[in-house]
Amino acid sequence: MSVSYKVGTVKSKQSPNVNTQPKAPVVKGVKTTGKKKDEEEGIDTADGEEWMQGKTLVKPPDQLDLTEEELKEEITRVLTANNPNAPQNVVRYSFKEGCYKTIVFVDQMAIHFELEGNLVHKESDEGRRLMAKHTEREDCGGDERLENVPIKPGKREQKVTNQFNFIDRASQTLNNLPREISCQTEPPPRANFSATANQWEIYDFYVEELQRREKSKEKQESQFPNKEEDRSKKKMIQAEAQSDDISQLAKPAEIIERMVNQNIFDEVAQDFMYFEDAADEFRGEKGTLLPLWKFQYDKAKGLSVTALCWNHIYSDLFAVGLGSYEFTQQERGMLLFYTLKNPSFPEFIFNTDSGVMCVDIHEQLSYLVAVGLYDGCVSVYDLRKKSDQPMYNSIASSGKHTGAVWQVKWQKDDLDSNHNFFSVSTDGRVVSWTLVKHEIVFTDIIKLPPVDKVPDDLKNVVATAGTSLDFHKQKDHHFLVGTEAGKIHKGSKYYSSKFLEMYDAHFMTVSCVRWNPFHPNVFISCGWDWMVKIWDHTINSPVFTFELKSSVTDVAWSPHSSTVFAAVTADGKVHVFDLSINKYEALCQQKVVSKKTRLLHIEFNPVHPIIIVGDDRGRVISLKLSPNLRKKPKEKKGQELPKGPEVEIAKMEQLLSSLR
Amino acid sequence: MKEYCAATRTHGGRSTPDLSDMAEVEDTLKRIQAQHGVIGTIVVNGEGIPIRTTLDNSTSVQYAGLLHQLTMKARSAVRDIDPQNELTFLRIRSKKHEIMVAPDKEYLLIAIQNPSE
Repeated sequence: MSVSYKVGTVKSKQSPNVNTQPKAPVVKGVKTTGKKKDEEEGIDTADGEEWMQGKTLVKPPDQLDLTEEELKEEITRVLTANNPNAPQNVVRYSFKEGCYKTIVFVDQMAIHFELEGNLVHKESDEGRRLMAKHTEREDCGGDERLENVPIKPGKREQKVTNQFNFIDRASQTLNNLPREISCQTEPPPRANFSATANQWEIYDFYVEELQRREKSKEKQESQFPNKEEDRSKKKMIQAEAQSDDISQLAKPAEIIERMVNQNIFDEVAQDFMYFEDAADEFRGEKGTLLPLWKFQYDKAKGLSVTALCWNHIYSDLFAVGLGSYEFTQQERGMLLFYTLKNPSFPEFIFNTDSGVMCVDIHEQLSYLVAVGLYDGCVSVYDLRKKSDQPMYNSIASSGKHTGAVWQVKWQKDDLDSNHNFFSVSTDGRVVSWTLVKHEIVFTDIIKLPPVDKVPDDLKNVVATAGTSLDFHKQKDHHFLVGTEAGKIHKGSKYYSSKFLEMYDAHFMTVSCVRWNPFHPNVFISCGWDWMVKIWDHTINSPVFTFELKSSVTDVAWSPHSSTVFAAVTADGKVHVFDLSINKYEALCQQKVVSKKTRLLHIEFNPVHPIIIVGDDRGRVISLKLSPNLRKKPKEKKGQELPKGPEVEIAKMEQLLSSLR
Repeated sequence: MKEYCAATRTHGGRSTPDLSDMAEVEDTLKRIQAQHGVIGTIVVNGEGIPIRTTLDNSTSVQYAGLLHQLTMKARSAVRDIDPQNELTFLRIRSKKHEIMVAPDKEYLLIAIQNPSE
């Protein structure tokens, strides 16, 4: 900082100083140096000194206010050779690594001034050219031109020929004729290939690859059978190419058949799914049954439907047993399986030698079907096999029944996890059959007690015919047997000598007895004496009694509600009751078949609100229950509707308690 | 569909053609043809050529060719969306009738029905 002699200038110089360096000590430092300089300079600046001393610190209004410590703080300032304008974050794409990378070393050179010069090196081409031009201009007068002196520097030296002795001679060589030589190879064999690369083609390929690998693993393990396999494979491949068989079309044909049927019975299918009779609201309590499909098979025309059973796993499949109830007309029997998806033709057909009297499908393994025949045989069919023959058959030596088997029921697998089922027949025995490997083994459970009317000496000979059998849903060991004499016996699997209870149920044959699916104490029975009775198994007399105007051939509980049941009578009517709505009358009494046809069996579908009824002409008719017939208890406002079997039990309990 | 007896009726494995199999399929085809409203049935092989039909030749060839392509396209679409899925059947409802196509690995079964009769 040079301090001028003039006061004014000192002032002006110092004030900018104050602005740029807002630190008081530095300012002071400058001031002191200024002072020192003044002193050194001598007297001349004495005035300035005085003036300076009297000068107070003038703070510009926008100066930073700092504390003493902050003012004392030393700030280092660094002088670097970096170009402040050079970019610090240059990024270039690196092909080697395939990403953007920052460049660390950036050119720091800052060009402040650039001037293109016009100096040329004298040895370079251009330099020489210019020099030549220059000398030409300078020596434009008369300079001796020597022949050997290069006149224009930079140009090539021209060959100078001798003026006196110079011959130019040329000759030409023979030019060969151009010939074309080419060769052609045989093109490699080519084939056009086109394909689409879809998701599924890739998937298929991988699946095949996996299979191939597994096969190769197997091949490595077993080597001898390989040759045989190969031979047989070759044979098969040949056979394929020759035959034009369509046996693979079984599945598509079935699909088409079902589709065609769906189209034909389109209205019925729509009704089945969606139709709810709106007229029910105006009908009060009554309901109706809407006829849906009719299932009929030509070859079964002469037979009666003797048994119906729904499949629990595939709720559209049901089994129909066909035989005859007439003692004099015993011929053959059939077992048919229908599905709701194809009402025109049965899915499975099995012919039996004697009439089928009862059918039961295993609850879990729905391919096992137990059948009881009129000649006392029981058979088990396996639906997975295509053959017409049953898987197991009981023959005379293995304890088969001596009379018609009226009911078969599957049980849970026993301790050895063998399948087993019970049967009851006219010979009065309740027998348990166990499927052990390839055989069927029987175990006598209990013999029905003889009827009172039979004279004592014949009691061992004349058997009491059991006509119906049902097992309790929860307490598996309890079962009920209905007899021809009209009595119902309650027994237990654990007691083989005596029955627990006996109920005087009907005057004539008990045609059906069934436990309530919800309430543990209730069962229903029906007989040819026109009565349907509901019992509490702890009480000896019926809780409810209904008289229908004709002999009742079958009765069934609804799987959805504990108080709904339906009965069929020999005059072709279906009666549906709901005890929680009306305790004395049926909600629906509808004739579903023409005159002279007897209805023989009824079953509720476990899932859909439909029932199937079988008649004595081999036909099965499906009917849909109208909304009034499947009412659930009304929900009170604000209360959530409780669901589940407990509700049903409670409903029944309520009813029963009101009667006690 | 029909899983309950599918154990012996697999299509993937190559087994020698059973006479009973063939008879059953023949029976089913006859029944389909006899159903109410069915105009015709065509069995088409893997190349789009009808091998068995109840209609006249030119109509069969026409139906076979066109529906074969359509089925391929439909099957490709279904499998593209989910390769583990498979086309089971195709229904084309038109004003006059309904064409039903059930594809198999190699064959195609077409049934034409007039549902409103």
